[in-house]
Amino acid sequence: MSFVNGIWNEKVDVKDFIVKNYTPYDGDESFLVAPTEKTVALWDKVKELMAEERRRGGVYDIDNKTISMVNSHEAGYLDKENEVIVGFQTDAPLKRAIFPFGGMRTVVQSLDAYDKKVDPSVDEIFKYRKTHNDGVFDAYTDEIKLARHVGIITGLPDAYGRGRIIGDYRRVALYGVDFLIEQKKNSFKNMKIDVMDENTIRLREELSDQIRALQDLKDMAAKYGFDISRPAQDTKEAFQWLYFGYLGAIKDQNGAAMSLGRVSTFLDIYATRDLESGKYTEAEIQEIVDHFVMKLRMVRFLRSPSYDALFSGDPTWTTEVLAGVGTDGRHMVTKMSFRFLHTLTNLGPAPEPNLTVLWSKDLPPNFKKYCAQMSINTSSIQYENDDIMRPKFGDDYAIACCVSAMPVGKQMQFFGARANLAKALLYAVNGGRDEKYNVQVAPPFASATENEYLDYDEVMFKFERVCEWLAKLYINTLNIIHYMHDKYCYERLEMALHDDEVIRTCACGIAGLSVVADSLSAIKYAKVKPIKDENGLAIDFEIEGEYPCFGNNDERVDNIAKDIVEMFMSKLKQIKTYRNSIQTMSILTITSNVVYGKKTGSTPDGRKAGEPFAPGANPMHGRDKTGCIASMMSVAKLPYDCSEDGISYTFSIVPPALGKSEDERSANLVGLLDGYFAEKGHHINVNVIVREVLEDAMLHPELYPQLTIRVSGYAVNFVKLTREQQLDVLNRTFHTRF
Amino acid sequence: MPDGRIHSIETFGSLDGPGIRYVVFLQGCPLRCLYCHNVDTWGCDSGTIKSADELVKDILRYRNFIASGGVTLSGGEPLLQHEFATEVIRKCRENSLHTAIDTSGAVPLKVCKEAIDEADLILLDIKAFSPDLCKKITGQNNKNALEILRYREEIGKPVWIRHVIVPGLTLNYALLEELADFLRQFKCITKVELLPFHKMGEYKWEEMNIEYRLKDTNEPTHTEVENAKKIFSERGFNV
Repeated sequence: MSFVNGIWNEKVDVKDFIVKNYTPYDGDESFLVAPTEKTVALWDKVKELMAEERRRGGVYDIDNKTISMVNSHEAGYLDKENEVIVGFQTDAPLKRAIFPFGGMRTVVQSLDAYDKKVDPSVDEIFKYRKTHNDGVFDAYTDEIKLARHVGIITGLPDAYGRGRIIGDYRRVALYGVDFLIEQKKNSFKNMKIDVMDENTIRLREELSDQIRALQDLKDMAAKYGFDISRPAQDTKEAFQWLYFGYLGAIKDQNGAAMSLGRVSTFLDIYATRDLESGKYTEAEIQEIVDHFVMKLRMVRFLRSPSYDALFSGDPTWTTEVLAGVGTDGRHMVTKMSFRFLHTLTNLGPAPEPNLTVLWSKDLPPNFKKYCAQMSINTSSIQYENDDIMRPKFGDDYAIACCVSAMPVGKQMQFFGARANLAKALLYAVNGGRDEKYNVQVAPPFASATENEYLDYDEVMFKFERVCEWLAKLYINTLNIIHYMHDKYCYERLEMALHDDEVIRTCACGIAGLSVVADSLSAIKYAKVKPIKDENGLAIDFEIEGEYPCFGNNDERVDNIAKDIVEMFMSKLKQIKTYRNSIQTMSILTITSNVVYGKKTGSTPDGRKAGEPFAPGANPMHGRDKTGCIASMMSVAKLPYDCSEDGISYTFSIVPPALGKSEDERSANLVGLLDGYFAEKGHHINVNVIVREVLEDAMLHPELYPQLTIRVSGYAVNFVKLTREQQLDVLNRTFHTRF
Repeated sequence: MPDGRIHSIETFGSLDGPGIRYVVFLQGCPLRCLYCHNVDTWGCDSGTIKSADELVKDILRYRNFIASGGVTLSGGEPLLQHEFATEVIRKCRENSLHTAIDTSGAVPLKVCKEAIDEADLILLDIKAFSPDLCKKITGQNNKNALEILRYREEIGKPVWIRHVIVPGLTLNYALLEELADFLRQFKCITKVELLPFHKMGEYKWEEMNIEYRLKDTNEPTHTEVENAKKIFSERGFNV
């Protein structure tokens, strides 16, 4: 039986292949099967390795000698006889590699944290070879360095891989590598050249790099005994080929987020064909899925302690999106969507791959219910609104990292971490001086603390001026970073799995939105008295009276939050970007809300110096008083049009508060998701968990190796979080009314 | 039309009636139940004042969530504000929302009849079947509650019975059987919810400086609750 042909046979067009060949599935989960004996035995081995990894302080082993590249290491196995899908980043499972092209300093610091040193041979090379990090610091201004130091911009990918680029790994399976090389060679040969300017030269150099990376990919697969120069012939090959593509990418780059894309519906086409022809049984197909997912759970990067503090829990953001609806109106749920979620049952809960359901009102009810049940059982799933993303990105987009949508193989982003808006508000109050360091960071102006109480109009006016300054500084910084990343640490394989011409976004972000909204609301609706230190800096605030807080579906403050998002985005839009990338913005903190809080003084909303911000777009904990739907409604009002890189909301509830019986709980969760997305909410993490379990896991981490909890935009093993972050999770609002 | 006094709002009510519900906790209650977990709703003079129009306007903002669930008026004793309750329910029903009243039946039927007529569902809390025990627990007998039940039977509109299982008070299998036997005659009862006593509201008694007399009472065990449920399920109730 062959596939339905189309444009995809002539040129690279995976979407066309999918649309012409996939089979939507409306049924329920009853076809799913338990893990095979082989799977159980193999997973036991993985669990043992992971337990040993924890015993060794979080890192199992490090190869400190081999510079990681697509084809740098020998083949590695876990159990060669029983692994249905093969391939590791180094020559052994969980052994981490070094990626010095992003920056040698980070490699040295990371190794140092585990009492290791870089092999002298690597040191020698980087005496002569410049890195991304070197390049960035050659160009940074004093002002940028200061802004970075005080933490008004933080988490910048200036010493680590930027990530957030998703190669279209499906192309490896559908076309085989030779066809892809041929296409790239044709592009190179047929490129129309008028003036040999910087853009043209760069694109030619990039194409050459891409072709070499594809050749390396073939060689890497050959070490495992596979010839991926030709297309995959069946389900198992399709998984293996695709995985090799992804493996090549994570050997080439230690990007902050190395997402997988949108592979399940694509892979279902092979599975459906093989099931029909009798080549594989359902059990064999689930086995392939389970083994593939096991590999994704074993992706490891060597990170530095400062990185871990920002992005805690050893995440890789191997994000895979499931479901969604096609532009032709058919939903894209297939049996493979179920099989991927079923790995949470067969192998137990886990943070990776970062399973992301693209929710639409038009998804089949059986699938919605199954998702809700799996969320209730595992807290391992996040949901994003397909109905608001599809009009912008079509029906073949995936999510990079947590909430960043991009059409697969057609768009990439320049990741920009985030600006601390709460600190910017304090600069507005304090005339551009930093409240923690007592240094002038923004250009000086009169502080807003001349009168006894803060004046809303004055603070707003000054806040906008500070945001103007900040937006410019921020994008200028990103321009340097991405110029250097392209130059010294280009993602040759991931970009080889993209079209030649791609859309680029300049993905800015903000932290502290609910702190700023509540602060401005306090200034407007209550009376806020600044308390100054000996330098005249407002270091604390007294609030007289009550004020509406974000998270209660109260227009008075929700409109302030909305205005801030629109205002900051409009400032970003005015600044010229590197490679004409399109400015976008996210409201997402990952776990950095804790670090941001630490670096920020007391704020006019009553938050004390050092206390964490709420994660992502969440209301500050304890301030939402009218139940979780009101809280969701406040978040859903934030305009996605001005925050196209995503708006993250994390929702935690104890099981009894969801309903009395299991059926009621899953039906109510479906109702919450349907309602939230109908209100145009963008993203939601769902945790259904009992606080006492988390408390116990802090005391006895060894008993909870797989306890998974969703934090802003991703999921983590709870026991891998730092203590501070565990406490932050515990202190957040758990909806508990019953 | 009098305005309402509202204690608080829960926009995600999942436990007081079918589906996702907007739950309005009205201020004020004539009962003084020993196990009350919302002591702060007793007083009739506090709370936020809102007109029925204002409240319904707010409720309708949540339509995307509650369209297949509905609205529940709880408290406190919502029927103390029966005119307000009737008005809110009428307006919700005009907007095709399902309505429920969560009541202890502490108000005479002749006073609150309109509200009882109007609501799609009554969640009727029968504190105890024996009038004496009822008085001991709540300070009042159960006459009004049973009257409301009879009336709903008469007009053929559904009731969910709620009954709190408290060791030392209502956790008594003979009494439970007696209650279950009595309830069998009512076709209007579509569900019985046995609510295990819990102490999560104890801190509120302390905050309000009222003596909490069930300090030493334990929460019922899982088996005890299951046994109690069995008494009702054996008699054909949906428990």
